[in-house]
Amino acid sequence: MDPMTTSRRNFLGLVGGGALAAGLAACGSSGPKSTPGSTAGAGGAGSGATYWFLTGQPQQGIREAQVKRFNDANPDTKLKTTEFQNDAFKQKIKTAIGAGQGPTLIWGWGGGGLKAYVEANQVEDLTDWLTKEQADLKNSIFPSAFTAATVNGKIYAVPGETVTPIVLFYDKRAFEKIGAEPPQSWGDIMDLVPKFNDKGIAPFSLGGQSRWTNMMWLEFLFDRIGGSEVFQNIFDGKKDGWSDPSALKALEEMQKLIKANGFVKGFSSITADSNADQALLFTGKAAMMLHGAWTYGNMKSSGGDFVTGGHLGYMNFPPVDGGKGDPSDTVGNPGQYMSISSKATDAEKATAKKFIANNTLDDATVEAWVKSGNIPVVKSAKDKLASITDKNDSAWLNFVYDTAANAKNFAQSWDQALSPTQAETLLDNIAKLFQLSISPQQFATNMNAVIGQ
Amino acid sequence: MVLPALLLFVLFGVIPLIGVLVLSFTQWDGLGAIHAAGLSNWKSVLSDSQLPHSILVTFEIMILSWAVQTPMSLLLGTFLAGRQRYRAFLAVLYFIPLLLSSTAIAITYKALLDPNFGLGAGLKIGFLTQDWLGRSDLAIGVLIFIVSWQFIPFHSLIYQGGVRAIPTTMYEAASIDGAGRIRQFFSITVPQLKYTIITSSTLMVVGSLTFFDLIFVLTAGGPGDATRVLALDMYKRGFMSNQMGPASVIAALIVLLGLALALILRRLGGSTTASQQEGA
Repeated sequence: MDPMTTSRRNFLGLVGGGALAAGLAACGSSGPKSTPGSTAGAGGAGSGATYWFLTGQPQQGIREAQVKRFNDANPDTKLKTTEFQNDAFKQKIKTAIGAGQGPTLIWGWGGGGLKAYVEANQVEDLTDWLTKEQADLKNSIFPSAFTAATVNGKIYAVPGETVTPIVLFYDKRAFEKIGAEPPQSWGDIMDLVPKFNDKGIAPFSLGGQSRWTNMMWLEFLFDRIGGSEVFQNIFDGKKDGWSDPSALKALEEMQKLIKANGFVKGFSSITADSNADQALLFTGKAAMMLHGAWTYGNMKSSGGDFVTGGHLGYMNFPPVDGGKGDPSDTVGNPGQYMSISSKATDAEKATAKKFIANNTLDDATVEAWVKSGNIPVVKSAKDKLASITDKNDSAWLNFVYDTAANAKNFAQSWDQALSPTQAETLLDNIAKLFQLSISPQQFATNMNAVIGQ
Repeated sequence: MVLPALLLFVLFGVIPLIGVLVLSFTQWDGLGAIHAAGLSNWKSVLSDSQLPHSILVTFEIMILSWAVQTPMSLLLGTFLAGRQRYRAFLAVLYFIPLLLSSTAIAITYKALLDPNFGLGAGLKIGFLTQDWLGRSDLAIGVLIFIVSWQFIPFHSLIYQGGVRAIPTTMYEAASIDGAGRIRQFFSITVPQLKYTIITSSTLMVVGSLTFFDLIFVLTAGGPGDATRVLALDMYKRGFMSNQMGPASVIAALIVLLGLALALILRRLGGSTTASQQEGA
């Protein structure tokens, strides 16, 4: 009996040790990862330019390759990098910049977050540099991408990386089952809801616990019903902007769809992080889903033959009958943004500018983005699309390109565009609106109270 | 040994506490300069309708989870205090939830309770296929269930120790007087465990004030704000709305509430800290 117990104890010890080792390894990989010697002198210390960015593929690999190309070409002014996970980054960069320890190159999402940096005098005004010295670079980028980089008429960030509009995805098989065509208007959507419910298919998938997922619906309804100026007024801080008649109509239509069981059962406990909302679509439990273009890659890799078998359909959000909005308008992330710290030395700023100018939207980068199923923020992306051989990927990339390029107005996601204070109140009230626990009128009142904050 | 402990307490307990108090009178977005704000944060938080709601939810979870956990832990603890082999074996099984981290528990339950891909949907059991975390009335119940599932083992352990410390002579005397098992439980075990009950209750009550990780992962305060407890409200104001001032006000309120509750519970135990058994 004794050997038995000993071996069991050893086994338990091994398991425990293994778990501990795994835990330590996890800590190691989730913590910041630095290139050698990069710990000293972030920000203004004068020992070289620094750059912090996010982990996660395929983006991480493309960013690393950019830095490598830059450092190989400029061995005397190397860029030092630190990589973070998304959530850790959001907390860390804010604290670091507040404490004057931020990196030279500040990566971000533009909009309200950028505005906070500008108001705290933490980032450089890049208007002159971009319009005079780097006019070619500026002209190569989609003009719509600059809106979220501009604060009070001045450009504080350079758009980079990818354009990801929000589109209406659908399952072609579900439409065949009920013998209907994809919706051409908001009225069609409302008509489709009972038809899908009768067949036991949820009309729309939604990861409602994440809240910004619900917000995408309001972004489109506001635009299609009242035009892009409704949210623009709110963004500009116009008093009682949320009480605009079109806004109230949009909120009412939203609740009508919820009351008609337009969304999958239990949507308010589903999160987008787990990709359960996408799974509902590709497993045939839901017929449609309004979501960001970034979900394509995961649906392709996780959805069996959903994408490769040609079952995935997609379209821009349809118009609302009698609405004022331009049906070509879209919302989403017009790009990701890089700013330069105003606290950095002149030499560091020069290095950072050189990196932005030469390596963030160069040919190699553009090609890498397209290969990874993304549309980079440059007009030349179109030329690269011809080289894509996969039929489904090619159709998808062309659709995303056209949606972004033809949009009369490409609005930034509200939670990124607004200040963090307004954004959190907004997400909170959206969750309540979708729970039907507040009326459109109450929603408008709650939101009007934080306009301009 | 007093000095190092005191130093650590001052360094990691008292100084941050003073920092929070100071911050509660300022306006700070965590990014720019800190401005003095006088009493404005306190006024705005105390007049915000979110605060009474969060306090209500916090107390609801505190009281209900106490009411579920205490009797079950007491019974389990008494049962496990027996020296039989099979009880020792069961004790090991009961102990398992305590070994898991709250986050792991939350993620697991979230997957099990998913209305579309969860346990109920997978096994086609209609009654389990509820929108557990998406309905305000069900979500709090589910939270209390999971909290209890996680912490009953811990409190059972405390009670097991308490029961084993009761002199067996008392039970022997009671059996001679003709008291049955149930009578013994209520007349000897429960009164003898008075201080154990107070200790365990204090841990539950004060612990549930700072309850955060499980709720954050499981419901994020939702649906709507149905499960937004004080600690979550503090986090959201501070780290999502970038309003460190109001968040510090809530942090200060949590500290005050915790202190008050701990003091009340101590009072309930009487002024003497001497064990009842020594007098018995």
